[in-house]
Amino acid sequence: MRLGFFTREAFTSISRNAVPSFAALASVLVTLLVLGVFIPIVQATTGAANDVRGQVIVNVYMKSDATAADAQRVRTQLTALDGVKSVQYVSKGTAYAQERRKNPDAYDLLGSNPLPDTLRVTPKNPDNALALVSAIAPQTPGGGRTTIDPLIDSVGSSKDNTDKILTATRVVKLTTGLLAALLIVASILLISNTIRLSVFSRRREIQVMKLVGATDGFIRWPFVLEAVILGALGALLAILLLGVMKVALVDPLVNDFALLSAPTTIGFGVLVAILLAAGIGVSALGSAISMRRFLQV
Amino acid sequence: MGPVANVEAMAATEKELRLRDSQVAQRKDAAAASGRPGDPANAIECRGVTKRYDSSKAGLSGTTFAIRRGEFVFLVGPTGSGKSTLMRLLIKELEPDEGQILVAGRDLGELSHKQLPFYRRNLGVVFQDFKLLPDRTVYENVAYALQVTGSSRADIREKVPDILRLTGLATKLHHYPDQLSGGEQQRVSIARAFVNAPPLLLADEPTGNLDPETSIGIMQLLYRINRTGTTVLVATHDSAMVDRMRRRVLELADGVVVRDELDGQYAPTDMTTAEFGALLREPSTEPQRVAKKREPGDDFDEAFRD
Repeated sequence: MRLGFFTREAFTSISRNAVPSFAALASVLVTLLVLGVFIPIVQATTGAANDVRGQVIVNVYMKSDATAADAQRVRTQLTALDGVKSVQYVSKGTAYAQERRKNPDAYDLLGSNPLPDTLRVTPKNPDNALALVSAIAPQTPGGGRTTIDPLIDSVGSSKDNTDKILTATRVVKLTTGLLAALLIVASILLISNTIRLSVFSRRREIQVMKLVGATDGFIRWPFVLEAVILGALGALLAILLLGVMKVALVDPLVNDFALLSAPTTIGFGVLVAILLAAGIGVSALGSAISMRRFLQV
Repeated sequence: MGPVANVEAMAATEKELRLRDSQVAQRKDAAAASGRPGDPANAIECRGVTKRYDSSKAGLSGTTFAIRRGEFVFLVGPTGSGKSTLMRLLIKELEPDEGQILVAGRDLGELSHKQLPFYRRNLGVVFQDFKLLPDRTVYENVAYALQVTGSSRADIREKVPDILRLTGLATKLHHYPDQLSGGEQQRVSIARAFVNAPPLLLADEPTGNLDPETSIGIMQLLYRINRTGTTVLVATHDSAMVDRMRRRVLELADGVVVRDELDGQYAPTDMTTAEFGALLREPSTEPQRVAKKREPGDDFDEAFRD
């Protein structure tokens, strides 16, 4: 019976305060719309950056007289190293076949196979790629490099390229992360401020309710329910618009562009749930918190 | 003592001296009373209540008095004498800096924030600016006071029209406050204050915004409420009304009770010889009290329950 009463109170007060209610609804709608577009974009960008970082590997080239058995022995040695995620053995023959496919004419000219056996080491963390190079081929005091196994010819990871990839992707990830954080903060502030305003405009009403002997809960619940209703309505509208945008704009593009489909982005269902929860949660919390001051009397 | 001090002492008017005396007396009373359990026959008892504001003098300094159940009391005094402060302390919108306020024998200082609403349900409050909910009709405004207490819909449907008929608003049920005259709005606020049949009704300048003719109607209403056994405390500037009604008068000046007469007028007057004679011949006036229907303290004990 109480809940029924509170809900009725909430709905009547929305209709009585149409303008502030609409403002609250609109601010929820707009911020969630922007958030809903931005979340997948941030995810796609970080996904792409991570993909690039995943390609950072350390190539360990064997000497030309090393046998397949030697390579396997070195492989176990490398696998045992700290920070190594996996080691892939690419034999001379496989490497030749791969490279030939890319550039048949040049390899036809060569006649013989100049490629060595290669061990492709994937580091657990791309940031440690350079440290891994030093671990496999420690620097000697004289300035040259030794290797952990005499049959290793050289360790190839062009320092420059690895550095560039790592820095670039880190900047991209940081920037998008920062933007996302700012956007979330802005949304929370905007929604809770609009709710605060509507509560503030009714502080006299709250005061009168207190004087008549209403308990805090009795005053608070209709307000919070009102915020929940407005938040939910705003979120639903935003989700509806996002759904239309997805069907009309994004889905057709996915077939044409690899970028859009390649990194896994958030599922639409999860996105809907997050936006709905955020819209309702922030509004309800905003109204409950901004009411506290007026309930003190 | 130097000559300067002499001049100053002489400059002290009689009024100031009287004020100083009553301050001292009230401090003594308060000191004697503090710690003593409250008398449930007193609707309101103030013991050395002091409330200071930072910027202005307005407030109370050691106010001490008691109001018996069923009394009708006027609280008078110039602006800034502490009338409104006292009212706000009584509805516990403010906390006293010093002293005790007892309502129905219970110390307001012991009320927790959670118990406060239950205390206020036993108070009717009427303000100069009516304090009605602007978005609700007359009926809904009065009904809100009942909804707050968790009354059933049937109960509300029965009581609200009754109280509105009593206050002469039977035809205005579905009007909004801004469609009513000042007098009508004040009637709504009195109806709301009285719909729970509170044992104590506080009115802060209830006729402050109203013309004399309308004011009479409002006072009649308050008087009628007093007749049902409710203690009524009215803070007012309306000297004509106070003089005509001849009820108990408490006068505040600079936060101190400077006059407490059972048959008072707005301003202290020298009695004419005839009045003095009449006073000597009549048995001394007793404040009007109504036979107890319930045990004292019933309603307020409810509020103090955990």
